[in-house]
Amino acid sequence: MSAETIATIWAFLIATAVFLYVCMDGFDLGVGILFPWIRGKDDRDLSVNTVAPVWDGNETWLILGGGGLFGVFPLAYATIMPALYMPIIVMLLALIFRGVAFEMRFRAATPGQLLWWDRAFSGGSYVATACQGIALGALVQGIAVEGRSYAGGWWDWLSPFSVLTGAALLAGYGMLGACWLVWKTEGELQDQVRALAGRLTWLTLGFMALVSAIVPFLLPQFRERWFDFPVILTALPVPVLVVVLAWRLFRGLGEAGHNPENRRMVWRDGIPFACALGLFFLAYTGLGISMWPMIVPPDITIWEAAAPRDSQLFMLVGAVVLIPVILAYTAYVYWLFRGKIKAGEGYH
Amino acid sequence: MLWDAFPSALDLARFQFAFTVTFHFLFPAFTIGLASYLAVLEGLWLWTGREKYLDLFRYWLKVFAVNFAMGVVSGIVLSYQFGTNWSVWSDRTGPVLGPLIAYEVLTAFFLEAGFLGVMLFGLGRVGRGLHFTATLLVAIGTLISGFWILSANSWMQTPAGFSIGPDGQFLPEDWWAIIFNPSFPFRYLHTITGAYLTTAMIVGAVGAWHILRDRSNERARVMFSMAMWMAAAVAPAQAFFGDMQGLWALHYQPQKVAAMEGHWETQRGAPLILFGIPDMAREETRLRIEIPKLGSIILVHDPDGEVRGLKDFPKDQRPTNVPLVFWSFRIMVAMGLLMIALGTVSLWLRWRGTLYDRAWFLRWAVAMGPSGLIAVTFGWYVTEAGRQPYTVYGLMRTAESASPIEAPAVLTSLALFMTVYFIVFGAGLWYLFRLFRHPPGPHETGAETEPPIRTAGITPGPQIAPDRARDARPQPAERRDGGGPDGPPLPAGAAE
Repeated sequence: MSAETIATIWAFLIATAVFLYVCMDGFDLGVGILFPWIRGKDDRDLSVNTVAPVWDGNETWLILGGGGLFGVFPLAYATIMPALYMPIIVMLLALIFRGVAFEMRFRAATPGQLLWWDRAFSGGSYVATACQGIALGALVQGIAVEGRSYAGGWWDWLSPFSVLTGAALLAGYGMLGACWLVWKTEGELQDQVRALAGRLTWLTLGFMALVSAIVPFLLPQFRERWFDFPVILTALPVPVLVVVLAWRLFRGLGEAGHNPENRRMVWRDGIPFACALGLFFLAYTGLGISMWPMIVPPDITIWEAAAPRDSQLFMLVGAVVLIPVILAYTAYVYWLFRGKIKAGEGYH
Repeated sequence: MLWDAFPSALDLARFQFAFTVTFHFLFPAFTIGLASYLAVLEGLWLWTGREKYLDLFRYWLKVFAVNFAMGVVSGIVLSYQFGTNWSVWSDRTGPVLGPLIAYEVLTAFFLEAGFLGVMLFGLGRVGRGLHFTATLLVAIGTLISGFWILSANSWMQTPAGFSIGPDGQFLPEDWWAIIFNPSFPFRYLHTITGAYLTTAMIVGAVGAWHILRDRSNERARVMFSMAMWMAAAVAPAQAFFGDMQGLWALHYQPQKVAAMEGHWETQRGAPLILFGIPDMAREETRLRIEIPKLGSIILVHDPDGEVRGLKDFPKDQRPTNVPLVFWSFRIMVAMGLLMIALGTVSLWLRWRGTLYDRAWFLRWAVAMGPSGLIAVTFGWYVTEAGRQPYTVYGLMRTAESASPIEAPAVLTSLALFMTVYFIVFGAGLWYLFRLFRHPPGPHETGAETEPPIRTAGITPGPQIAPDRARDARPQPAERRDGGGPDGPPLPAGAAE
């Protein structure tokens, strides 16, 4: 295989890792985003317990994204990280608060302490999500590079567009979290999150439309890509699929929660969540179409950023063997903790 | 000008890295040992059916959960900090070190994170064999993680198997030589052993403290006994691994060893300087207390062997903070010697049958609780501060590794890190001490000192799957171990 081919494969692998991260940590960050609406200790405990066994594995995809970028596209890692210095650092700090809150809120000795750990959990989720959205927006709008180094200032990431993507991701993760809870809970809590899921989905769709309308005008390269008639007609199914998925999501929300004793119905409660993931996939694909083959817009392509062939090949061998294994046992752990988390069970 | 006194972006970035990595390493140092200890406890429970091992497993599992979470979140910081603060280093070393980090994530982090959920929440949800497998996989994951990260660190100390490309990038030539670079094998043994001793010291301290409060607490005795076996067996081995690593360093990084020893002049029959004050301006170690010739004997195994001093090297190739290297080394060695002493005395008391009866010994063990953490921290200061002024030894300087980030940005992030770490990890420490304070008892769930939710979290068995949960309890009636002053000591192997 040529170095170009391997770099292309790796671009897809890293994109997949980042997408898996967005999906998986997306819904558990979303649970934190919903915390201001989920009131009462029991409901909050329940919500946290739906993600407690899996959040750590979810977050590991973020480390793979960072570690993989360092190994496979070191030039991208070395220019993106300094460019996004503040959002990345603040995201890491927010993830610290949120990550330890999982354990600490169960260890809290008084209701006052519990309240503070709940705030750490929820606040950490908000800040981490906003920073991830801002980082994405700042990357898409372009990063100043000279030679092999970042050449901008430490506030370049802040722009109306990056703030917009930050807000969009908050709505999106909120939607994922709410749909996840619709799947994993029942009764009053489920009714409550179902209402939230509907509103957040409308919000997310609005943000998707807004961001999609702006992206072609950010950089000349994006404009060429999106107004390259008739090639762009191949992307026509994307908006159609968005509409179909959104329709199915709302229908699924309407049906969710009926007859929880029926096992088949329990799985059908997962339909909104699956549709929400589908919406994320489409949005992600849209961004991918815009950026390809740039990894650091507007200057650096994946081939320019790639590590030498030997490094990429050495990692590819491991990735091809290990990623399926990881996916298999991750799926197994999810399977193990499947089904509704029941209120009252294990609490009193 | 006030501005001139302001630390440079480079100094701030260095301090920030030292701060975040110091905090981070405390957690894995404890986690690595504790994961193995939990695997041993669960194995003993399955093998013997004695409920006391299950109780101890559950007791330390709660500690493990808190500690692991803090290790994970402080570790994610590091995987991004390479890029945010050391971007030039990342660009140049990425082709060689990136794959090692990627393999760490693929082979270790996912394994640990994936099965941690089963380990914490699965007792009662899955069969015993599967739960034990999860515990073992988490323990193995911690050891694999150490393998890759120490390989990467060792490569920066003793780079091998590479060439340098036109962009200044280090290019891989021979992966075997890169991974198993010269200083790696003994650094790995030295660090993993250090982690085991760290855990033994903490477990031993908690056990001793509870024995002091209630001499009849059998579970406290078991954990104390196991920890003392560990100290007795492994602390002396650690001294050997440390010595071997020192010999490698003497070969590859003689400046570092000269700084550790406080030697400025090259001399035959060098003394061993026990204490002194290295003075970098005057280029001598003042107020020395030294043992003649012992330095040469230890370093080159010859009383008249030649030992190179710092003045043998140009100033810009010497460690930038000699006193830090010198003192850190002495602190680490002192901790190691105290552990060896503790282990040896424990053997004597055990032979006399009074291991649990000597208050002075128990108090000493309590005081030794943090000794492992202190030793590994200062051990790392020796190796990292001793590597200066390089990031990649002899090839890439720290000064040319940093990101093009302005000082105010680094200062802001440093202030944020310090604030958050002191708050969050301070609180974590407080909760750990609360867990330690709770005496290990029969049917360990910790329910009486915690909100009931945790009972569900750690052992959801009775609540989530009542039929399966019964399986999680040992079937044979619990066999009491007599409860005499000397429970049957565990075999030494059990504590490893």
